[in-house]
Amino acid sequence: MAYIPHTDAERKEMLAAVGLQNLDELYQAVPADVRFPDLDLPEAVSELEIAQEMQEMAEANVDTQHFACFLGAGAYNHFIPSAVDHMLRRGEFYTAYTPYQPEISQGTLQAIFEYQSLICNLTGMQVSNASHYDGATALAEAAILALNHHRGRRTRLVLSPAIHPQYRQVVRTYMQGMGVEIVGDEHLPGSADDLPAKIDANTAMIAVQYPDFFGRIRDWTALGQAAHAAGALLCVVVNPLSLGLLRPPSEFDADIVVGDGQPLGIPMSFGGPTLGHFTVKQEFVRKMAGRLVGETVDSRGQRGYVLTLTPREQHIRREKATSNICTNVALMALASAVYLSLMGKQGLRQVAELCYHKAHYAAEQLAAVPGYSLWTKGSFFHEFVLKCPRPVAEINQALLDLDILGGYDLGQDYPELRDHMLLAVTEMNSRDQIDALVEAMQEVSHA
Amino acid sequence: MPEPLIYELSSPGRQGVTLPAPDVPPAALPAELMRGELPLPEVAEIDVVRHFVRLSQLNHAVDTGFYPLGSCTMKYNPKVNEDVARLPGFAFTHPLQDPETVQGNLALMYMLQEWLKEIGGFAGVSLQPAAGAHGELTGLLIIRAYHQSRGDTRRTKILIPNSAHGTNPATTSMSGLQVVELPSDDRGNVDLAALRQACDDTVAGLMLTNPNTLGLFEEHVREVVELVHGCGGLIYGDGANMNALLGIVRPGDLGIDALHYNLHKTFSTPHGGGGPGSGPVGVRPQLVEFLPGPVVEIVEEEDDEQAPLYGLVMPARSIGRVKAFHGHFGMHVRAFAYMRMQGKAGMRAISDHAVLNANYIRVKLRDVYHVPYDRICMHEFVAEGRWEDAPGVRALDVAKRLMDFGFHPPTNYFPLIVHEALMIEPTETETKATLDAFIAVMRRIAEEARTDPELLQTAPHNTPFGRLDEIRAAKELVLCCRPVEMTPAA
Amino acid sequence: MEFPGDLKYTQSDEWIRAEGKQAKLGVTDYAQDQLSDIVFVEILVAPGDTLEKGKAIATVESVKAAAEVYSPVSGKVTRINEDLPGTPEWINAEPFGKAWMIEFELGDPAELNGLMDARAYQKHCEERSH
Repeated sequence: MAYIPHTDAERKEMLAAVGLQNLDELYQAVPADVRFPDLDLPEAVSELEIAQEMQEMAEANVDTQHFACFLGAGAYNHFIPSAVDHMLRRGEFYTAYTPYQPEISQGTLQAIFEYQSLICNLTGMQVSNASHYDGATALAEAAILALNHHRGRRTRLVLSPAIHPQYRQVVRTYMQGMGVEIVGDEHLPGSADDLPAKIDANTAMIAVQYPDFFGRIRDWTALGQAAHAAGALLCVVVNPLSLGLLRPPSEFDADIVVGDGQPLGIPMSFGGPTLGHFTVKQEFVRKMAGRLVGETVDSRGQRGYVLTLTPREQHIRREKATSNICTNVALMALASAVYLSLMGKQGLRQVAELCYHKAHYAAEQLAAVPGYSLWTKGSFFHEFVLKCPRPVAEINQALLDLDILGGYDLGQDYPELRDHMLLAVTEMNSRDQIDALVEAMQEVSHA
Repeated sequence: MPEPLIYELSSPGRQGVTLPAPDVPPAALPAELMRGELPLPEVAEIDVVRHFVRLSQLNHAVDTGFYPLGSCTMKYNPKVNEDVARLPGFAFTHPLQDPETVQGNLALMYMLQEWLKEIGGFAGVSLQPAAGAHGELTGLLIIRAYHQSRGDTRRTKILIPNSAHGTNPATTSMSGLQVVELPSDDRGNVDLAALRQACDDTVAGLMLTNPNTLGLFEEHVREVVELVHGCGGLIYGDGANMNALLGIVRPGDLGIDALHYNLHKTFSTPHGGGGPGSGPVGVRPQLVEFLPGPVVEIVEEEDDEQAPLYGLVMPARSIGRVKAFHGHFGMHVRAFAYMRMQGKAGMRAISDHAVLNANYIRVKLRDVYHVPYDRICMHEFVAEGRWEDAPGVRALDVAKRLMDFGFHPPTNYFPLIVHEALMIEPTETETKATLDAFIAVMRRIAEEARTDPELLQTAPHNTPFGRLDEIRAAKELVLCCRPVEMTPAA
Repeated sequence: MEFPGDLKYTQSDEWIRAEGKQAKLGVTDYAQDQLSDIVFVEILVAPGDTLEKGKAIATVESVKAAAEVYSPVSGKVTRINEDLPGTPEWINAEPFGKAWMIEFELGDPAELNGLMDARAYQKHCEERSH
């Protein structure tokens, strides 16, 4: 049997020690009529066979190593320096559990402390936890924090319609038993300027995205002021990679900054696992769910790290805990810590600039193709919306034949954006790829 | 020697990675939205690699030694899993690609759903939940949605045995339901008399961990299920302990209505120092339409020429998405590889050897450690780390002393219903030689508790770090560091 | 362990020192011993607030546990111990002295009759220690 090291002799000896004749006798407490079901599962295969079989399954997919990718919408194709995965493959990191015994877990603990530091310095916020599952669940946890901050006295959440549609869906899933009213994203307004008007005295939190789901960037300072004037919290959902270039949301006086750290050294992997980063102002540190690593000293006077503020967590507060989260995504936090260290002050800015310039080049070229026009007005980062002369699905089908993964069909989520495509351009897209896309879009512009 | 922080290795002007020069004309940057200082470290690749390798060496891990952490199932993580998860066809696929371009991914997810249905005796499975606790939340939201859909809105209570994982009560509150705690009887089972009292038409469900956190198979499982079903409630199963049940009994056959699996426990995906996990949820027929989605279904049956076409489908009355995209796909790939390599016979063998290993340690320690519920256990058991003739020694001291011998300690102080608990779960992947070495050390420590208690109280001695000051950490709250040049001079 | 005779006690380990209509509230020596080293206190009410019977007035955290502090009686808050959040260790050192949490005016002094005296409370603590 794979990964079961017992010999027949050992098995016999161990059974005898327990006082049993055979393995079946271990299960007397299990009701006899349902004991030992005959499972309809395939027979085992060897390591050699599984490697081949899964190679074939993988090759049945279209992947971004073989196709030019202009698809973003929350998952992005970025360069990952080789050293990132070499660190993740250290068995000492990936086969460890949650660092409950700090004396023999300083590797994980210090790595998370460094992750917290890097994310705080990138977002400008004061406190980062050790991570949530992904950007969407981090936003849902931000809503929980805001509701608890108001001790249940405020029951309204305002969500910008330009937050990722799936993130908004997850917030609604989490809130379904809590008696909370979620407003603001019923339809897509012409501008974001009507958001402040949706904040009332019952609003616990308003959330916006930066760059928003359509790639647009704008200064949220006035919104922060409006939220705070009404006693509500401001949550900003960010793409952390864009912060290599853009003003950090702390400058908008954001109370909570969350987002998905996938762009920071994590492969898309069909959408998961990624990394939910979660940061707050100092005053909310005890209201924040999730693990937190703090600095201290050991009995020998050495600087070291421990999980701290654990009384907030589910295993101690039980039904009084504000969230049930236990695992974070420590290994993904490690990946982004290694990535941010390698990129550093200059590299992250360079990557963000490459994305920005390439996206603007692509937008300009595509907007010039007859039949297409740029829906996006004003500043954007590395994604933009293109109005197309044909249904997006048809265009994408044609692009596939040319080894191009086209953009996201916005009509799926926004009826008013039928025939609008959201395109993402990153440092992975060469000028040749962009030019090939422009040419292909021209060819497919009419059926 | 402690490792410096990455910021302390920084030198202005250094860079760890080279990037291509721009190949497009630059666009104007919006000055009012540009950031000033970007306070990230400046280090070379060699600095980064040595730093993180040295950090890794400060960890205990399954790859470095025995890790009998009860309720966490720290089994060996096969290396081939890591290779297949990184195949470009899996790792470099975008979650929003047209389903027709990711048929390999969808086929894998479909088969994984099917196998998890078969192993648990369920009619439907969603792979979306990201971890065990996330699966629990999913399960309770499903149960709530089921009652709501029937207009049965009075059902707001969730019964939770006091031996349950701490997540159970927290999850209940998060779902907008109320916790009612149930006592255990003197054999570690749910107290049936108390349950009978609690069962009425306000009960939404009961959360059952079986085997429970004492490692015992619930002897009254049939009665518990009948009582709860009898009053109109549903049973949520905490599948954290599925490593004891593979091919032994299917939770669905026992009447468990919904259950989460922990792929990172039962199906060998690595714990990663605290995640990513993966917590698929299985349900019986009446709950299938409430599963979070999308789930993978066959949208066009196969024929002589064509493989089946897989698609992503939202169940009819779904509670909604519980995360963006499709769950932790990278973990699905690893679990798939492992399950395929175990096959039908392997499933039963996993549980047989996990249970045998736990019972072997139990019988070899019970004369020196008090085992409060001493009967045939499942994949783990709970001993007490305290002795009347060693009054100054606590479970924590035993745990810390174990580290001096290269073992990770068992879970301590859980479950709460045992004083000074030491919860030992060896898993099936450990050899008898390892178990014997662990047993010998545990016996030696029990001896030391009487002869040299201070040796335990001041342990560990042979680890890179001594006991850490948790009070200082909680009071001073140093939670992040700033770049060295930004720190004011002392 | 101390059980001062001039105080009233609750099942959930609060004490009340009443002098006429004025009273002070804190947590007991037994409570601080169970919690171990206190690292954080947050007082949830402010002067002028109405005290409701059974409502939480403070949160206390140690490295291993968190607990809410409840008011067993009704009344009106007149003063809170503003120095306590900066020095949570006072709860361990002087639970009945410097570590008082709130001062308040009793809504109905008769409500005190429902609380335990020192002897009954000591018995309550001893029962839980086994």
